[in-house]
Amino acid sequence: MGLTAVLKKKTRFFSIDVEFSCPEGETLALIGPSGSGKTTIIRMLAGLEKPDEGCIRYRDEILFDSVRGINLSPQKRKLGYVFQDYSLFPHLTLYGNAAFAAQDRKEVDSLMGFFGLTALRNRKPNEVSGGERQRCAVCQALARNPQLLLLDEPFSALDVVTRRILRNELKKITEKRTFPVVYVTHDITEALFIGNTVLPIVAGLVDREWMERIVAPATEPGIRARAARATKLALAY
Amino acid sequence: MELLPLYLSAKLAIIATLILIVIAAPLAYWLTSSSRPGKSFVEALVNLPIALPPTVIGFYLLFLLGPKGSVGQIWESLFGGPLLFTFTGIVIASIFYSLPFAIQPIKASFEKIDNRLKENAYVLGLSPVATFFRVIIPNSINGIAAAAILVFLHTMGAFGVVLMVGGSVAGETRVASIAIYEAVESMQYQKAWELSLAFLPISYCFLLLVNKLTRK
Repeated sequence: MGLTAVLKKKTRFFSIDVEFSCPEGETLALIGPSGSGKTTIIRMLAGLEKPDEGCIRYRDEILFDSVRGINLSPQKRKLGYVFQDYSLFPHLTLYGNAAFAAQDRKEVDSLMGFFGLTALRNRKPNEVSGGERQRCAVCQALARNPQLLLLDEPFSALDVVTRRILRNELKKITEKRTFPVVYVTHDITEALFIGNTVLPIVAGLVDREWMERIVAPATEPGIRARAARATKLALAY
Repeated sequence: MELLPLYLSAKLAIIATLILIVIAAPLAYWLTSSSRPGKSFVEALVNLPIALPPTVIGFYLLFLLGPKGSVGQIWESLFGGPLLFTFTGIVIASIFYSLPFAIQPIKASFEKIDNRLKENAYVLGLSPVATFFRVIIPNSINGIAAAAILVFLHTMGAFGVVLMVGGSVAGETRVASIAIYEAVESMQYQKAWELSLAFLPISYCFLLLVNKLTRK
């Protein structure tokens, strides 16, 4: 059943009106230009912002329902959320951050090992690189054993090479999990690589043709084929 | 050199500082994070001691803590003794008097904390109270230390409020600032010099520390 969401919210410049779902174990990539409402959508899923209208369900649980007046706090939604940057607690070491909300210390050790952070476990966030900080942020979110993982442009502040390495690592680790993953990005290559489904958001609405318009000039047939496949998948939802 | 007034001043400053930090931290957090309409009224009320002359604050407190004042009456019914002209009375007066000096630096350091840290704590399952203790406080240590030093110095130097509420009872309310005033009044300049000189290095060193803490 996974995650289903119907979200409506008026913002300063446009109104968000989207409907989507993401099955268990799959990754939904929300893509679109900057300022198109992607972050607001993921924040509404997390409970950090309240939709004006709509419904968010995960399995049989209602996280938000405007009609029934249900709005679970972020604490009760049991999520993993990775922010763009600067979300690690500066007073804690990388290990302290990763284990912040963890129930199983062995899981923290194993995640830190997977992301190559074991040697840096006693360093503070300001003593490591941006890539290492974001690896730790992913560890922190996964160590909580979430029922839903949300990532808001987690690697966009990093250089191209680190970004590529990190998205490979993320894909490897999320493929083993059974929860739905919602991944926000403005990078088409990243969306196509990470997402089982790609949902283009433009000015708060799902714009199914946006991908084709953007990717059409690409000469590489591989990218075009993947874009076409992703668009079909998006249409299916 | 007469050390008792200096000891009383330091004791008063330490007790007022400890109590004020405990009161000011949650109040400053509420002022930083609340969007309630009454917030600006509370903030203005808290900062009132900066704008009022110490003797005016002392005058109000004299009535509030006195035997006919509400606080004085409650105190007397609970503990059977008066508040005026006692050490406890000047502690309470100092808390009112120094409250804005505790609130301002703590509030400034809370405001410096990136909102994402708070949101991250929430999505990791922490309640607002747990977030305050596990995230906000540890990341505001410099601001809290700066507030503690400012309150300590401000209380050490308090004169008008302490005089109005506590008078000058030797060993009870005659703190250093009052002892200096009385020494000058009675032309004991040597004594006034000694007590005054004790203030200078302490205040200067503490202010250097405040500058260092708030710059970080």
